[in-house]
Amino acid sequence: ANKSQSLCHIGNSNFIIRTTWTTGCKHQHQLNTQIESLPQMVGVVGLEIHAQIHSKSKLFSGSHVSFSDPPNSLVSHFDASLPGTLPVLNRRCVEAAVLTGLALNCTINKKSLFDRKHYFYADMPAGYQITQQRLPIAVNGTLSYSHFEGRKRNHVVTKSVKIKQIQLEQDSGKSLHDDERSQTLIDLNRAGVGLMELVMEPEMCCGEEAGAAVRELQLILQALGTCQANMAEGQLRVDANVSVHHPGEPLGVRTEVKNINSVRHLAKAIDYEIQRQMEVLQSGGTVLNETRAFDSKSGITIPMRDKEGLQDYRFMPEPNLPPLFVYESEASVPAGADSTQLVLIDRLSSQLPELPSVTRTRLVETYGILREHSFTLVNEDGLVDYFESVVKMTKTEPRKVIGWVMNELMGNLNLQNLKVSQSPVSPCALAEMINLVRSGHISSSTAKKVFQEMWKTPEKTVEQIVKEQDLWMINDKEELRQICQRIVDSHSEEVQIIRGGNKKVLNKLMGEIQKETKGKTNPLQVKAILEEMIF
Amino acid sequence: MSASSAARRPVEAMLGLSIREVSQALRDGKVSATELCRKCINQIQRTRYLNAYITIAEETAMEQAERADKRLRTGKTLGPLDGIPFSVKDNFCTENIKTTCASNMLKGYVPPFSATVVQKLLDQGAVLVGKTNLDEFAMGAGSTDGAFGPVRNPWSYAAPYREQSAEDPDSDWTITGGSSGGSAAAVASLSSFLALGSDTGGSTRNPGSLCGVVALKPSYGLLSRHGLIPLVNSMDVPGIMTRSVHDAATVLRILQGRDERDSTTVQAPNTPPSLPEHFDMRKICVGIPKEYHAPGLSEDTLAQWSRVADIFENAGARVKEVSLPHTPYSIVCYHVLCCCEVASNMARFDGLEYGHRSAVDSSTDAMYATTRHEGFNNVVRRRILSGNYFLLKSNYERYFVKAQQMRRLIAEDFKKVFSSGIDVLLTPTTLSDAARYADFITEDNRTRSAQEDVFTQPVNMAGLPAVTVPTALSQRGLPIGLQLIGQTLQDWKLLTIAHWMEKQLHFPMIRFHRDLNENEREQNRSIRERTHTVGS
Repeated sequence: ANKSQSLCHIGNSNFIIRTTWTTGCKHQHQLNTQIESLPQMVGVVGLEIHAQIHSKSKLFSGSHVSFSDPPNSLVSHFDASLPGTLPVLNRRCVEAAVLTGLALNCTINKKSLFDRKHYFYADMPAGYQITQQRLPIAVNGTLSYSHFEGRKRNHVVTKSVKIKQIQLEQDSGKSLHDDERSQTLIDLNRAGVGLMELVMEPEMCCGEEAGAAVRELQLILQALGTCQANMAEGQLRVDANVSVHHPGEPLGVRTEVKNINSVRHLAKAIDYEIQRQMEVLQSGGTVLNETRAFDSKSGITIPMRDKEGLQDYRFMPEPNLPPLFVYESEASVPAGADSTQLVLIDRLSSQLPELPSVTRTRLVETYGILREHSFTLVNEDGLVDYFESVVKMTKTEPRKVIGWVMNELMGNLNLQNLKVSQSPVSPCALAEMINLVRSGHISSSTAKKVFQEMWKTPEKTVEQIVKEQDLWMINDKEELRQICQRIVDSHSEEVQIIRGGNKKVLNKLMGEIQKETKGKTNPLQVKAILEEMIF
Repeated sequence: MSASSAARRPVEAMLGLSIREVSQALRDGKVSATELCRKCINQIQRTRYLNAYITIAEETAMEQAERADKRLRTGKTLGPLDGIPFSVKDNFCTENIKTTCASNMLKGYVPPFSATVVQKLLDQGAVLVGKTNLDEFAMGAGSTDGAFGPVRNPWSYAAPYREQSAEDPDSDWTITGGSSGGSAAAVASLSSFLALGSDTGGSTRNPGSLCGVVALKPSYGLLSRHGLIPLVNSMDVPGIMTRSVHDAATVLRILQGRDERDSTTVQAPNTPPSLPEHFDMRKICVGIPKEYHAPGLSEDTLAQWSRVADIFENAGARVKEVSLPHTPYSIVCYHVLCCCEVASNMARFDGLEYGHRSAVDSSTDAMYATTRHEGFNNVVRRRILSGNYFLLKSNYERYFVKAQQMRRLIAEDFKKVFSSGIDVLLTPTTLSDAARYADFITEDNRTRSAQEDVFTQPVNMAGLPAVTVPTALSQRGLPIGLQLIGQTLQDWKLLTIAHWMEKQLHFPMIRFHRDLNENEREQNRSIRERTHTVGS
């Protein structure tokens, strides 16, 4: 049910040895004891992430950014690399990169530079990509992320990874290969869309860590609104640099794993690759510095046909763009410049929204909920809002509300693969139901039935459902006494045992009463009456 | 030159006027914009042998001229360029008009937009008569290496040269210089009152000097490069070619200023409406860089250099020898930087989006390779190859970075000189007058570019404004120009001094040898026609 937890459970593996590996980093030693010749080998993982900037127009042109338009309908003269066109930097993209840099504790470079990276590829019309190789917009950040350990996977472990840099660069177009007619079709709609390339240092050791780091990054980018960060839609593209070595020794030869389209696959691909490299070395082979593609069907990585060979990108400063300057505050803007047209760091800092880690701490501290629940709340888009609105509309303790949200709401959503925003049960309706429980009008067990009815018939009010199904709690003392009396009379043997001192058997009687009343009784009330009758 | 001197020679009577003069004639109704446009187009046809134009935009030009006439009739002119025929080097994009860069790669390419500088001229009512010839992608110093053949220097068809030559005009003719040779020839042969060139290492000033026209290379960033198909982005500047400094100033005023489509442009300094007619030279200090006494400098050119220095001195200016010590390294650094940017800029010509595409389609790579092989000439291909070599990871520090460091030193040289109180530098523009085509092509493009750009190209490294002013005819009867170099963004001051200098020089009007009689007949007819028009 919990996404951040689910990425720890990578199952259905075809490779037996991996099942020990993929259960988590802390189990590495198990694997290592199996491979005696390589006693302390560990995996080393660094990530290169391309995050598509969520902006109205492209990085250097006025073309719109959109993902479902007809091919080549969002292509300006510049995007098609018509000769004589020049890049004009989109301030919104710079602001997105600065916001992201701030959220990742980066140092924002007041001056950054653009470079050309050359290679021929059909969907790269200029023959080069404009990027920031020498002096990127942000450097030296950190990303804190957490994952779960322990048998119940409820022990939260928090780690951090250094962000080497964030650089602005252009996205490429898309090539569509028509093998039948041996044609390549090109769509330039994506060409020139702004990307933030984030380079994470090789400080992670396994798929689970990398997965958790990327998941946290997704949440941060979504909170900032700088990237929609959906991996399947290519808004977030993650390449993993994987190597293995003995700790203390220099890093091993790395491979770059591409073609990963979900966090789950990322973890899977990395773990497979680490295992593969270890096996290669163990059998006396060498790891090649190569690019490998992850095949999600088979769960393995395979060498990519190296279309570029050993590539020399022949970097060169982009002569058509002056250095990019951002300013600390209004006070540092040079005289005569229009500060509304400039990027000011303090102005952006003040726009930073609450980041996921802060939200989680706040949820734990404000509502007294479990930390793992705070992860689930933040993980699901809209769930924090949902939870908080329910809490606002009921006097029931938040710790009880969270149960309904985690179990009933999320259970049903996951079952039908729905988003929070698609829930048939509104926060208001859930609050109403919880309030009926609190006021003793329905029992907790009845409420579960009521919730299922609400899910199926959202057009009905909670009261309607309770009424129609005759689920109101039996609060009439006399009626309850009669029910209890009937049960006591028909269970004389049990009553004797209870009277003999075994009070546990009382629960059996209570169960009978629950059965008889279809859960419409308050167990505490029933217990009191029974005790009064028996003793 | 003046209208009065031109009046004696019929064909030049109207076409030989300056922009200022012909603009007045248009407003006075002495000639209509359509007549003027027709005359220019006729002149283009008459001087076809010069090969100055690649495309003649007759139809659109006549339409533009008609619109100008409507405005002129109602007195609602757009400004000093309304109705003035002009031409544009064929490496500036012109909407709906072919833009070839004199390359097979772009033969038949029709851009969907106009370069900012072209659009600004059109918006002022100027009439675009044609696109001018050049070296392929502006790579050259002779206008001899284009897909449409070499441009011939109009002065080698003028009386002073022809009278000395015993040979056939089809074999004995001189180059225009380059790479904006077509634009220089267009202005010199009186078929355009104004032409745009581009100047990366001297490409506007060099042919301007060899063809006896005023050629201005403005400060880097003062004019927009949007729509100029680049050679070296960090040095390219649109150049202005006219027959007087005053005209160049008029055009500069219109073209200068920030363009949001070119991030390297700057705000133009405040500019008065026109150049001052009187200027006190006693306040001015003219620097003579000693390094410009280069090997190969012709006697004629040296003599003119001395003569003009004396003119300045005699007028009360201080004339002082100065040193630009890094000048000798400039050309080799330029070569490295130029090739690097060329390699990069030319990468987009892959046959996919526009331009030539090879019939070979066995694979994408094969298509790229043959497209580029067929599309580019040897000069372009060599520069691409060299540039890619210089940019290799293992070479980058040794070539590109070194060249950039040297570039800074060269710019520093100029800065030091100017901060020592020098207002303007006076130098030759070229080593000598124009070479005969037959002689010029005995050396390859690379050698020629290195020789020819020696005085012009350090200016581009430093981003400074410079202008060449026609000074005198050589003993061979060919123009010699001298260059003035100013401080960055002090283009107006530079032109003020150039304007004063021009007035002291009395450079002669061109007088065609070959078809003089024919021209006279044509001229007489058109004068009769005009009389008739005015009378009706």
